[in-house]
Amino acid sequence: MRERHLGFDSPAGPALPLDFAGRRWLLDHSGALYLPEQSALVVADLHLEKASRFAMGGQFLPPYDSEATLQRLVAVIARYQPARVITLGDSFHDSAGAQRLSAPALALLETMAEGRDWLWISGNHDPVAPSGLPGAAANAFRLGPVWLRHEPRAGGDAPQVCGHFHPVARLAARGVQLRRRCFAVHDSMMILPAFGALTGGLNVRDPALQPWLGRDFSVFVAGAGQLYPARASACLAGS
Amino acid sequence: MTAPAADLAPPLLPPRFSAWFAARGWSPRAHQLDLLRAVLAGQSALLIAPTGAGKTLAGFLPSLVELTATNPQDGLHTLYISPLKALAVDVARNLEMPVSEMALGLRIETRSGDTSAAKKARQRHQPPQMLLTTPEQLALLLASADAALLFAPLKTVILDELHALTGSKRGDLLSLGLARLRKLAPGVRMLGLSATVRDPQELARYLESPPAMLIKAAPGAPPVLDILATRERLPWAGHGAQHALAEVYERIQNARLTLVFVNTRAQAEATFQALWRINDANLPIALHHGSLDASQRRKVEAAMAEGRLKAVVCTSTLDLGIDWGDVDLVINIGAPKGASRLLQRTGRANHRLNEASQALLVPSNRFEMLECLAAVAAASAGEHDTAPERRGALDVLAQHIVGTACAGPFDAAALYAEVRQAAPYRELARSDFDDCLGFAADGGYALRAYERFARIRQRPDGLWRLTHPRFARSHRMNSGTIVEADMLKVRLARGGVTTSGSYTGRIARTGRVLGEIEEYFLETLLPGDTFLFGGEVLALVGIVENEALVRRAAGRDPKVPSYNGGKFPLSTHLAARVRRLLAHDEDWGHLPPQVGAWLALQRQASALPQADDLLIETFPRGGKHYLVCYPFEGRLAHQTLGMLLTRRMERANVQPLGFVANDYALAIWSLEDAGAGVDLAALFAPDMLGDDLDAWLDESALMKRSFRNCAIIAGMIERRFPGKTRNGRQVTVSTDLVYDVLHRHQPSHVLLRAARADAATGLLDIARLGDMLKRVEGAIHHKALAQVSPLAVPIMLEIGREPVYGAARDMILAEATATLLAEAKVAN
Repeated sequence: MRERHLGFDSPAGPALPLDFAGRRWLLDHSGALYLPEQSALVVADLHLEKASRFAMGGQFLPPYDSEATLQRLVAVIARYQPARVITLGDSFHDSAGAQRLSAPALALLETMAEGRDWLWISGNHDPVAPSGLPGAAANAFRLGPVWLRHEPRAGGDAPQVCGHFHPVARLAARGVQLRRRCFAVHDSMMILPAFGALTGGLNVRDPALQPWLGRDFSVFVAGAGQLYPARASACLAGS
Repeated sequence: MTAPAADLAPPLLPPRFSAWFAARGWSPRAHQLDLLRAVLAGQSALLIAPTGAGKTLAGFLPSLVELTATNPQDGLHTLYISPLKALAVDVARNLEMPVSEMALGLRIETRSGDTSAAKKARQRHQPPQMLLTTPEQLALLLASADAALLFAPLKTVILDELHALTGSKRGDLLSLGLARLRKLAPGVRMLGLSATVRDPQELARYLESPPAMLIKAAPGAPPVLDILATRERLPWAGHGAQHALAEVYERIQNARLTLVFVNTRAQAEATFQALWRINDANLPIALHHGSLDASQRRKVEAAMAEGRLKAVVCTSTLDLGIDWGDVDLVINIGAPKGASRLLQRTGRANHRLNEASQALLVPSNRFEMLECLAAVAAASAGEHDTAPERRGALDVLAQHIVGTACAGPFDAAALYAEVRQAAPYRELARSDFDDCLGFAADGGYALRAYERFARIRQRPDGLWRLTHPRFARSHRMNSGTIVEADMLKVRLARGGVTTSGSYTGRIARTGRVLGEIEEYFLETLLPGDTFLFGGEVLALVGIVENEALVRRAAGRDPKVPSYNGGKFPLSTHLAARVRRLLAHDEDWGHLPPQVGAWLALQRQASALPQADDLLIETFPRGGKHYLVCYPFEGRLAHQTLGMLLTRRMERANVQPLGFVANDYALAIWSLEDAGAGVDLAALFAPDMLGDDLDAWLDESALMKRSFRNCAIIAGMIERRFPGKTRNGRQVTVSTDLVYDVLHRHQPSHVLLRAARADAATGLLDIARLGDMLKRVEGAIHHKALAQVSPLAVPIMLEIGREPVYGAARDMILAEATATLLAEAKVAN
C-alpha cells in the first residue's frame, strides 16, 4: 500500500492541519473542512428538514433538526470567517425541503450567507437546487487542485473531496465502545463526515467505502473538542 | 377436599361433564368448581393455584359448560391470552381431549404471528368459539375496523400465567386492551390464572376494579429444596459454578430428566460446554436458550417430550408453563435471585400435585451461598416476590391511542375515561393523556407543529379519526411493546476463508444459520476473536450486512468469555433475608464450614453488615484508596449509587477513578481517602436522588437506551425488520441523535418523560436505592481499615471487568489512538 505522509501538528485544539493534494487544510472537529489559502469552508450532508420529511410519512421526529444544524454551522463560520462556503450535497433531505424551512432557520441561513459566496452542490437527496435561498448552485466545483462533489467519481486524476457516505469510526477500549463521526482520507480521496444533526453514519469498514479508500486509510475521529487520528484497519466493523 | 366438591357437583356440572370426570377416575377439584360457580354468576375471578393443580382446565371449564348449555352459538365466546404463543398452542392441544371426548363440537383455534393471513382473515369473519392467542395479537385485533363486531359477543377472557403478564409495558398494553374489551363487550368476565404471588390482591385489581374475586387452590406438596454442599472449595467470585459441575453431573446421572437452569445465555453456553467436557457416559445433554435458532429449540423440546434426553441446560426460556417431558429434577446454577423464580423453576419438575418436586441449588460463590440459603428459607416460609405496582407507560398509551383510531373514530374524553379503567393507568392525569394524544396525532411538539402531516385529527363532529389508511398499515407493522436489541444472524461461513481472520471481501454466505446474537456484542469483537455460541467455540470471520459470519474454531477456550452480565437483580425481600442471615450468627450453623469461617474472619477483621445499617469500609491498596459498602440491593441499584457517589466524591475532591458493583456490594477507588475528611453521612444522604440524579441521567447512555425503546413503542421511529437489508447505507434514524436534538429543544416532551420513567424504574432501580438510603440514614457504620477485608474480596476480584464512564471516555479515544497509531506504525 502506498503510504502518503499525513502531516499534522499537535492534535490539540479544534482543528487539525492536514496536507492533502499539495495544500494545507484544516479539519475541524465539527466535521467542517477549511482551506485557508482560499478562505473556503466546506460542509457535507446537512440533511436539513430531515425530521419534517419523516413526519410526512407519519414518523414524527422532533422538528428541531434544521435549526440545530444551522446553529452549529453559525459557530464554525464565526470561527473561520470564510469568504466562501460550499455545502457538499444532500444539504436538504429532499428537494422540497427548502420550502419547509421555518422562518427562524431561513433567517439564520440568510445571515450566514450575507457577504459570502455561498454554493449549494447537489446531492442524491437534493438533485434539484434549492429555490428562494441565498447562494448559487452547481453539480460540482473545482476548489484549487481538488474537485468538490457529493459522490466520488471514478476515472480522472484530480483529487476529490466528497460527502455522501457519512463515515463513522467505531473504537473500543476498556470495554467501552465509541462510535463517532470521522473524516476518511486516502491518497487523493477525502470523505467528509455528515454535518447534520440527525444524520446517521456508515462504518468506515463498510465494503461500500472500499472502492474509494481501499482496505486501509486514515481516519480523523471527532472527540468532544478535538479530532483524533487513527487507522481504519484498527477500527471495529459493524454498523 | 373432594368430598364437599362431590356434593356440589351435580347442580353445577352438566351430566356430560360429570360423566367425563368419572370415566377418567377424576373428580373436579374444589377450586375448579368455585371458579365455575363464580363465572356462571357473571363474576370475574382470579385463581391462584400451584403447578399441577389443573389450573388451565379450571379456567376453561366455565366456558365449556356455558357453551354446551346454550348450544354452541356463532361468534367469539372465549378469548384466552397467554404470555407465550407456544403455551397457547400447547393449551389448545390439551383442550382437544375433553372437547372431543365429550363431543362438545366446539371450534378452538390459536392465533399468532405464525398464523397464515388467510386463516387470520377467516378468524375475523367466522370466529371460532374459543380463540387462544397472545397480548400482541389482541392489540392487533383491537386495532382493526371489525374489532367492535368481532368482540361484541365475547363473554369470557382467560388470562393465563397472569403474574408473568403484568408489571411490564406488555402488561400495560394488555390492560388497555382489556379496558377496550369491557367497552366492546359489556359484562365480559375476566378470569386470571396465576401461580402463587406475594400480593394476589394486586393481580385481582389488575383484572378489574373493584378487584376480581379471589379463589385460592389448596397448595401442593411443598418442594424439596437442597443446596449443594460442595466437596470443592467454594469460589470467592464468578458465576459459572465450574467447581461444582462434576457433582452436578453425578446428579444428572442419577435422575430421569434434569433441567439445569442458569441465569444468562452466556452461562448456559459455558455450563453446557463444561458438562460435555466431563460427559464420559455420553449422556444426551442438550442446550436451550433464546438466541438459538427456533428450529434448533423445537428439536430439543421434541426430544424432551419423547424422553430421549437426560438433561437440558436452559435459561428462563423454559421457566413458564409448558411441559416438555417427565422432568424429575431441577438444578439451579447460581443464585435464583428471587424466591418466586425459584418456585416457578422448581415447579418444572414433577407436574403431579401431590408429589414433591425436587430442586438442587448450586451457588457459584460465597455470597450466592448466603443468597441460596435465604431463598430456600423464603420459599419454605411461602414468601413470594412480585414486581411493584407500576404506573402505565406513556409510550404504550400513545401506541394504544393510534391503535384505537385504527379501529374507528373516538371521542377523547370517552377514551380517557376508558383508559383510566386499566389498572396501571388508574391515576393517569388528563394532561398526560392529552400529551400522548398530541404525540399520536402529530408529534406534539411545542415550538413547531406537524398539523398538516397529522396521523389522527379531530373532525368537526368532535371525534378523532385516522387521516389515511396507510397509518393503520404502519401501525400494524410496528405495534407491540417488545423491542428487541438489534440482532445479527450467526451463519457458518463456507469455503475458502482465511484463518488470519482478515476481511476477504467475498465470503460464501451459504452455510447454516446457527441463531441470532446481539449486535452490540458482536461489535466488540474483531475478526478472529473466538466466543461461545450454540455450545461450540466460534471465530468471527466478519460482519456482512445483517449477518455475522463465523467458522468453528479449534481449541476450547474462547477469547471473549461472555456476552451478558447477570440478568436478574436480587429481589428486595431476599436482600433483607441475606442481611438478617449475616447479622444473626446463631443461624450460621446452616452454612458450610468454609463460608462460616469466612464470616467469622470478617467479624474479627472489620464488622458484619447488620439488618438495618450500612457497613462502609475504607482502606488503602496499591497506591489507591478504596471505599466498599454492602447495601445488598442488587446490581442495578448499586450501579446507580456508584454513578451518583462518584459525582459527589469528585466535588469533594476525593478524585474517584472508577467503581464496580455486584448484587451485594459496591467498591469505589480514588486517589484520595474518602474515609478521612469526608462526611460519609452527607455523602450517602438521600438528596443525591435530586439534582445529582437529573444531571447525570440526562447525559447517560442508559437514557438513550430507554429513549430508543420509547420512541419505537410510541411509533416515532419504525422498527427495522429482518430481511430489510441495509444496502451499504444506513436508512434508519439514529435514536441517539434524535434524543440529543429533542433533549436540547424540548426536554419536557412526553417521550423524554416516558424514557426517564423507564430508566428510573428499570435500569436504575431508583425507588429501591431511595428506600435503602432512607433506611440507613443515621445508621452508617464506617470501618477505616489498614487493608482489604474478607467480605470485600469478592467485589475486589471484579475490578477490571467493568467499563469506565463519563469524562474518561475521551481519554479512551486518546489512548486508543496512541495504541492504534503505534500498531499501525504511523509517524506522529
